[in-house]
Amino acid sequence: MPTPLPDRSPPRRTAFVNARLIDPESGLDTRGALLTDGKTIADFGPRLFNDASPADAEVIDCGGHVLCPGLIDMHVHLREPGHEHKETIATGSHAAAVGGVTTVACMPNTNPTIDDVALVEFIQRRARETSLVKVYPFAAVTRGLAGKEMTEMGMLAEAGALAFTDDGHPVADSLVMRRALAYSRAFDMMVSQHAEDMSLTGCGCMAEGEVATRLGLPGIPDASELVVVERDIRLVELTGGRYHVAHISTAQAIDAVRQAKRRGLPVTCEAAPHHFVLNDRAVGDYRTFAKMAPPLRSEVSRLAVIEGLKDGTIDAIATDHAPHDQESKRVTMERAANGVVGLETMLPISLELYHAGEIGLLPLLALMTNRPADLMKLPQGRLRRGAPADLIVFDPDLRWTIDAKKFVSKSKNSPFDDREVKGRNRLTMVDGRIVHRLNGA
Amino acid sequence: MQPEPSAVRPNAASDTSDRAHEPAPATVGPGAYPHFPHQHLLGIEPLTAPQINHLLELADRYVALNRHAQKKSDVLKGRSLILLFFETSTRTRTSFELAGKRLGADTINISVATSAIKKGETLIDTAMTLNAMHPDVLAVRHPEAGAVNLLARHVNCAVINAGDGSHEHPTQALLDALTIRRRRGPIGGLTVAICGDILHSRVARSNIHLFNKLGARVRLIAPPTLLPTAVETFGVEVFHDMRKGLKDVDIIMMLRLQQERMQGTFVPSTREYFHFYGLDEEKLALAKPDALIMHPGPMNRGVEIDSVVADDITRSVILDQVELGVAVRQACLEVLARNLPALDHNR
Repeated sequence: MPTPLPDRSPPRRTAFVNARLIDPESGLDTRGALLTDGKTIADFGPRLFNDASPADAEVIDCGGHVLCPGLIDMHVHLREPGHEHKETIATGSHAAAVGGVTTVACMPNTNPTIDDVALVEFIQRRARETSLVKVYPFAAVTRGLAGKEMTEMGMLAEAGALAFTDDGHPVADSLVMRRALAYSRAFDMMVSQHAEDMSLTGCGCMAEGEVATRLGLPGIPDASELVVVERDIRLVELTGGRYHVAHISTAQAIDAVRQAKRRGLPVTCEAAPHHFVLNDRAVGDYRTFAKMAPPLRSEVSRLAVIEGLKDGTIDAIATDHAPHDQESKRVTMERAANGVVGLETMLPISLELYHAGEIGLLPLLALMTNRPADLMKLPQGRLRRGAPADLIVFDPDLRWTIDAKKFVSKSKNSPFDDREVKGRNRLTMVDGRIVHRLNGA
Repeated sequence: MQPEPSAVRPNAASDTSDRAHEPAPATVGPGAYPHFPHQHLLGIEPLTAPQINHLLELADRYVALNRHAQKKSDVLKGRSLILLFFETSTRTRTSFELAGKRLGADTINISVATSAIKKGETLIDTAMTLNAMHPDVLAVRHPEAGAVNLLARHVNCAVINAGDGSHEHPTQALLDALTIRRRRGPIGGLTVAICGDILHSRVARSNIHLFNKLGARVRLIAPPTLLPTAVETFGVEVFHDMRKGLKDVDIIMMLRLQQERMQGTFVPSTREYFHFYGLDEEKLALAKPDALIMHPGPMNRGVEIDSVVADDITRSVILDQVELGVAVRQACLEVLARNLPALDHNR
């Protein structure tokens, strides 16, 4: 499918009828209808259009499927600028639209790094010109992700950066992290940490344990994540800064966040779908598509991620969508690039927790809508009159098989290729404009 | 009673002091002095409000005297003042030297660059060496906090702290207070905003003590990285947003970014610092319309203060501060000299 250009004509009034309206924030789950006007939600409810739908609106029959706020993915690598052979804002946003993701936060480990106001403005301009969904940049914590000098956090925040992270390059120096957490407080901004002690990780290429030992691969201990999370929590105590753990993956680190929250510290975290449906056995026969950072962990940690999602310790599901070209993955495990794509599989993979009876549909959707929106102080991610008309219609029970070859993302590095899943996005609307429709939807 | 030496006495008042041990020197002040119970002036923290007010009143009189062609007195005649500066300084050092000379003291400058300190002498050895020469007053500046206190324990003379690391700079706080008093009257009840690099600033610490003792409300405005831990326990209000912090203040005291005391980055860049914490006309408009702008110097224009604001003669009292600095140091020298052993003028 060619990557479509964004439609910038004025949005039409749209009437969604015969829908199962779900708003995770308010707990609404009812049959009803919804009307958009311009870029916002005009009205919704069980009795809307009881008499007749408005004549001037385009009517979409949802066929009883779920109509809910579009998903928000707070951890996406769009690779632009600098690695456009892997992904661009255009192709990444297309993948998001197909997957039902209406808002993405893109990571700053591009080339050049998003560590300057000019780069934030570049992302914003490219998003205006080429993106089908809403794109907001995270800016770097340190210049060039070098871990030494803080970026101009205040000016970056004013320019529109949503948060700060050196994702992919953990902030190792404790003093730099202390200062970043303290300084960002002046602007009430969040610092998101890729929590990994690179000296403990060393040349490890998968989780340390029985599988790694059998495969003869160098392992990464769980402690590699834990020591950074625990140190950072101490620095939060010292500074009062807002701290977020990106793609948390180990039982121990999740517990550290749980304890920090109990003590009332401003600590939050997110988890990626691959960390709650896969464990290190998925590496199997040296599958480089199952290599990412942090790595797939033990079954104990996988279950701990689910527990964290259930008890509120984990605040958001985020894919860590990390596109890589074929050549980056068609090598040995030790040489393969870290990362998997996730935007087009976020919804069905997450729904596995719902179908397995682990989490209710509403709390599960909350982890992908209003809860990440709250972390980033965004108005979308909820059904509310006057809120942005960022909506999706999805069938939670539709069975299909993931086929990576059909991904619209430039890269196909998914560990979920050929997986049979249940639940599929049928329609995506951003700011009142339909940006994706599944064939026949 | 000692016979009174001849003196310039612009505010001549008869000396009714019955304290026979005092030399009753020439002075600009009234005759009866409250006892100043300190051998040294090491900081504002140990002083009481009456002691501070006494120094300010005395200094006020020296301001008038300094504006005459004849500025000399012999309050410190026969006394020796040594200026011992381990750190660079323009205004403080010149100001102390002038103060000493105007009071008739023999004033000696010791430059660290050309002294034995460069040869590895310890601070205590330097103190004992100088002490053996029987000076009367030592004014000392040192890059390390507590160094002046340490030195004071090893000498018999009076010691004035001319700034020790990030600890105290009492004469700067006194001259700031005098500047405000002369422009605004009593300090009690005013709202003072101290802005910038509080963490490294001895001026901020001395001023926090002084304004608290004299009953002003103190606000600190700085990014969290430039505020010392537990500073809110000093009876101040802390702001990270300069626009909120400057609202309706009477006095704005700007501080320099002390890059020389910084290890690592406390702020990302001077451009960002100026954007959020630099005093420009837009932020100044949030303060009271007659708010005074102060700066202990040296200023970094375009970093913490806009040139237009710094040079605004209706608002900026930065040069007043320098002028009053000499008078304040004369007052401090006079007060400490009263507690020195008497000079026998008849011998």
